[in-house]
Amino acid sequence: MRRQIPLALCFIAGLFMAVQYFIPHPAVQNTYELLLGWLQTLLAFAFLLGTVSLIRMHFHKIRNRADDRAFSWVTLLGLLGMIGLGFIHPQHQLPGSPFNLMFLNVQVPIEATMFSLLAFYIASAAFRAFRARTLEATLLLIAACIVMLGRVPIGDLIHESIPAATQWILNVPNLAAKRGVMIGVGLGMMATALKIMLGIERAWMGGSD
Amino acid sequence: MLADRGLARVGRSGMGSVAIVVIAVALFLCAGVAPAQQTGDVETAETMVEEALQPLMPPTAVTAVDTPNDRGSAISLTWEHSPDHESGTLLGYSVYRSDNPDTGFVFAGRVPYVQNHYRDSGIGNNEPTYYRVATVALDGREALSETFGPAEAFPQWFNGARVNVLIAVVVFVVAIIYFVNAAKSGKDLFIRRLAGLDEMDNAVGRATEMGKPILYITGLSTISDVATIAGINILGEVAKKTAEYNTKLIVPCADPIVMAVEQEVVKEAYAKAGRPDAYSEDDVFYLTRSQFAYVAGVNGITVRQRPATILYMGMFFAESLVLAETGASIGAIQIAGTDAVTQLPFFITSCDYTLIGEELYAASAYLSREPILLGGLKGQDTVKFIAGVFLIVAVVVATLAATGVIETNFMAPLFVTG
Repeated sequence: MRRQIPLALCFIAGLFMAVQYFIPHPAVQNTYELLLGWLQTLLAFAFLLGTVSLIRMHFHKIRNRADDRAFSWVTLLGLLGMIGLGFIHPQHQLPGSPFNLMFLNVQVPIEATMFSLLAFYIASAAFRAFRARTLEATLLLIAACIVMLGRVPIGDLIHESIPAATQWILNVPNLAAKRGVMIGVGLGMMATALKIMLGIERAWMGGSD
Repeated sequence: MLADRGLARVGRSGMGSVAIVVIAVALFLCAGVAPAQQTGDVETAETMVEEALQPLMPPTAVTAVDTPNDRGSAISLTWEHSPDHESGTLLGYSVYRSDNPDTGFVFAGRVPYVQNHYRDSGIGNNEPTYYRVATVALDGREALSETFGPAEAFPQWFNGARVNVLIAVVVFVVAIIYFVNAAKSGKDLFIRRLAGLDEMDNAVGRATEMGKPILYITGLSTISDVATIAGINILGEVAKKTAEYNTKLIVPCADPIVMAVEQEVVKEAYAKAGRPDAYSEDDVFYLTRSQFAYVAGVNGITVRQRPATILYMGMFFAESLVLAETGASIGAIQIAGTDAVTQLPFFITSCDYTLIGEELYAASAYLSREPILLGGLKGQDTVKFIAGVFLIVAVVVATLAATGVIETNFMAPLFVTG
């Protein structure tokens, strides 16, 4: 029963979600919207679960005097501090409230910093990818040079056909490859969903037996 | 009481017409007093008089039917354009509705004069409704059509515009079931090699030899994303191996529901491997929902714990390159698998092996080598082959139609859904 009930629930829910696509009747569509609403409710409770997991893991690290427990202290103090600030000011979302100040002046700049690292990582990754050691890498290097030049005004100044070549690379070989991958992805998604619905794929619940 | 608001509009436009006539006549008289310089004005006035006196023609052949393939509450109207359509004096068409054929018509909506159809939504189901469509001139005059009706809106139990999708799904299901049954009966199914998955054993073995952990990341998406589920399926197989080899497995999660499922999957895998004691809930934990806070957390773990192997299996966004480059910087073996087309180049650049698109979905079957799962995989490949042939034929037909070799692209409707 421990396995049958989840499998039956999965089959019924999966079948309903598949069938509702073909039935526009309000009786079905309203149920579908209701179920989507339930998902939101479920997510709210799940966040509580996530927070408990986070606190427990870092608490264990501190208790076990792990080497990197200093980070656990920072995490727990940050978490509890922000919760405290949220309770201190009744309208914490308003500009000027302590919670809002901390969010805008600490979290937002830190996240922006992390995001900005992407530019440097792109440069280092491009350096590795564009080393012309094989035929494929050489083709990649040539295509990348044309596309990069075609995207800036100097490309047009070097030769007027470079922007057109850029567009051709993006619209023909690049797009064809993308669509090929996407068709495969679509079919793969359907197959995976079907296998889960039919109980063929059971790894999500720990395995087949 | 015929079309209260409509009649009011007609009334106002009637007064407007009288005013135009008066002005025109005055201009005409003035032209008589000063004939030389007033010739142009006289012609303009004559035109205006003609326009004002010419009756506005209503649209014809008004039809109203239930909007097909919807959840009801909507009626679709069509009509033939008014004979004044080409005159350049029209503003549009107004639609009036009533539950009585003779009276009580209320304004339902207006469309530009180039349009000859309207979808009246928000009405009750199974209620007889009557319609009149009015031609609206630029000067505000309106000419009402004959009453059409009754028309009734009602919901449908099947969306006929999606029959093509249904057929495709049925073909898909039949192919999967056929190959699963074939696999069950012991038929040998050939599956091409996937280098990234073949290397999975070596990657786990390397971590064991080095005495370092394995970091497993299923991305930032939720459990409703099939790529995340595929990542979780692979996690089960990887967890079995780490349990057998007694290697630490770290799984930081960005979604609490995903975390709960992953905890269960890893726990089951450890139990199956006969090592339930080796499982620790602290190894499968929630980090944060925030994208770059998650990146900071995972990169911190990568740099501090220096895992020997990092596996990225699931849905990734802008964080992919930051994660993979940090992993590459510590010399970890990295295997990625994602269906996010925009992130694939980053993984291909920074990781040792990358599962591209559908290979991610095939990974679970490939790793487990369970005949039933391999059968499903074979069915999926067969449908992909059929879809490929179908697409090639469609492209040829579309090209022939575009170049005029054949008259119509008869395959185009097969790709349209409603």
